[in-house]
Amino acid sequence: MAIKQLTIFLENKQGTIVSVTDTLAANNVNIRALSIAETEDFGILRLIVNDARTAVSKLSEEGYLIKVTDVVGVKIGDAPGKLSAALGVLSKAGINMEYLYAFMARTEKHAYVVLRVEDNATAEKALEDAGFHLITDADIDKL
Amino acid sequence: MEKHYYQKEIETMPVEDIKKLQSEKLVKQVRHVYDNVPYYRNLMDEKGVKPEDIHGIEDLHKLPFLTKADLRDAYPYGLLAKPLSECVRIHSTSGTTGRRVVAFYTQNDVDLWEDCCARAIVAAGCGKEDVCQVAYGYGLFTGGAGLHGGSHKVGSLTLPMSSGNTERQIQFMMDLNATLLCCTPSYAAYISESLKEQGYKPEDIPLKAGIFGAEPWTEEMRHQIEETLGIKAYDIYGLTETSGPGVSFECEEQTGMHINEDHFLAEIIDPDTGEVLPEGEKGELVFTALDKEAFPLLRYRTRDICVLSRKKCSCGRTFIKMAKPMGRTDDMLIIRGVNVFPSQIETVLLNEGYQPNYQIIVDRVNNNDTFEINVEMNPEQFTDKVSEILAMEKSLANAMKTMLGINPAIHLVAPKSITRSEGKAVRVVDKRKLI
Repeated sequence: MAIKQLTIFLENKQGTIVSVTDTLAANNVNIRALSIAETEDFGILRLIVNDARTAVSKLSEEGYLIKVTDVVGVKIGDAPGKLSAALGVLSKAGINMEYLYAFMARTEKHAYVVLRVEDNATAEKALEDAGFHLITDADIDKL
Repeated sequence: MEKHYYQKEIETMPVEDIKKLQSEKLVKQVRHVYDNVPYYRNLMDEKGVKPEDIHGIEDLHKLPFLTKADLRDAYPYGLLAKPLSECVRIHSTSGTTGRRVVAFYTQNDVDLWEDCCARAIVAAGCGKEDVCQVAYGYGLFTGGAGLHGGSHKVGSLTLPMSSGNTERQIQFMMDLNATLLCCTPSYAAYISESLKEQGYKPEDIPLKAGIFGAEPWTEEMRHQIEETLGIKAYDIYGLTETSGPGVSFECEEQTGMHINEDHFLAEIIDPDTGEVLPEGEKGELVFTALDKEAFPLLRYRTRDICVLSRKKCSCGRTFIKMAKPMGRTDDMLIIRGVNVFPSQIETVLLNEGYQPNYQIIVDRVNNNDTFEINVEMNPEQFTDKVSEILAMEKSLANAMKTMLGINPAIHLVAPKSITRSEGKAVRVVDKRKLI
């Protein structure tokens, strides 16, 4: 059920991110969502893309340190309180969350949240039981 | 098991005979240098020593030392002892610590040097039937030329690859069944990482031995290279000033390097007082070249910190053994008043599951030393969680603190991102401007 997130190690140097996005652009990879975690020394770029396989192979070829992680994607209504409702479900189920980021769909009146949790299966079950719609890699392709 | 030597009679000569031979050669060599090298003659005259005062190795301590500074002062021809018309080759140091040193060779110098390298190759269990891949740099650097020449002397099939272009190295190694790899240990580690990444297992790799030198490396690094490549990894030592690699070499015992004592006379001295220390004590390694014609250094201070041992070796060679240098009198960093050797940092990295690919950066901010170590992360250690990477950095910093006594800032960096030049990694960047 989970979706594939690419994690890329970025050295704290000028032009590192743009060279990643250039590579993706050159290979016709579309970025759906993006988040950056940064420290003083390095950054960790997390991406959801339409074509993860091409992105991984091209970025690896260029020597980037890259890792694919399964994360939970959940569709929520684009209205106040919807994110809280989803997070409330996880909190009630006692699921620890590492990080999350959200993105909007272009056409639908929906937002999507990417969740990095300890245990994907439990989180997915809790969300589905509460009536949330989870998204898959196939959904990402269609966005 | 049958023992193999390149020059058995010399390599297994009784110690008393070696000393006698050294004494005879020293007397002649001092005369040669005094007569032909005005620079050294002046040093001897200043010290009040004449060639007639040197009757054998017991008088060695009377001679003045030569240092790297002398070599720089005398650049380029000041220590030359033969007319240029009799010289056939020049090699040079990389010049990383200042002005380059150029060394001159007569044909006889080249021959004896290549013999030394040939002894190392045979001691590594190789011979005529082997394919020797020389991945040391060719050119002014002595690594390529030395092992290349040694390989020819032994009669191995020589692959003169020079350093770099790892893809091609691997292709030749696999397609032409290289059985002996000669390069710097950091390049050997790099090649072995690349082979592993490409899915090669030790049993797929035709190599059986490696001769790695020209830079410091640790036992842990040796084990790692041996395991990944499925080989025995042998150390070799030398410096451009004394000819190049092959001054000493390891045998199958892998417990130190036999010094080619028929050509080189070794001493250990106290680096502060210059006093000769008894065998087994740690100090600065000093070499006297006994046969070199063109560039015959007497009592040259290597700045390598080392121990000598005359303990009987199971390989049958009687040449004295030197331990792997424990650091250099000038590589030693003094950070916040504490002595730090890069080799200690390597040891910690290997113990903690990292590759020994690192760079030390020392600076001084507001009169305090800053001490940072960039360390290449293994791809399998990479995670999407910032907290885990920070925890890895912290745990490595703690391990460093335990070993060194001071706390470095650790920065994990991407694999293969630390600059390598001629296969030698730039290990230390000292930005302190101390006057």
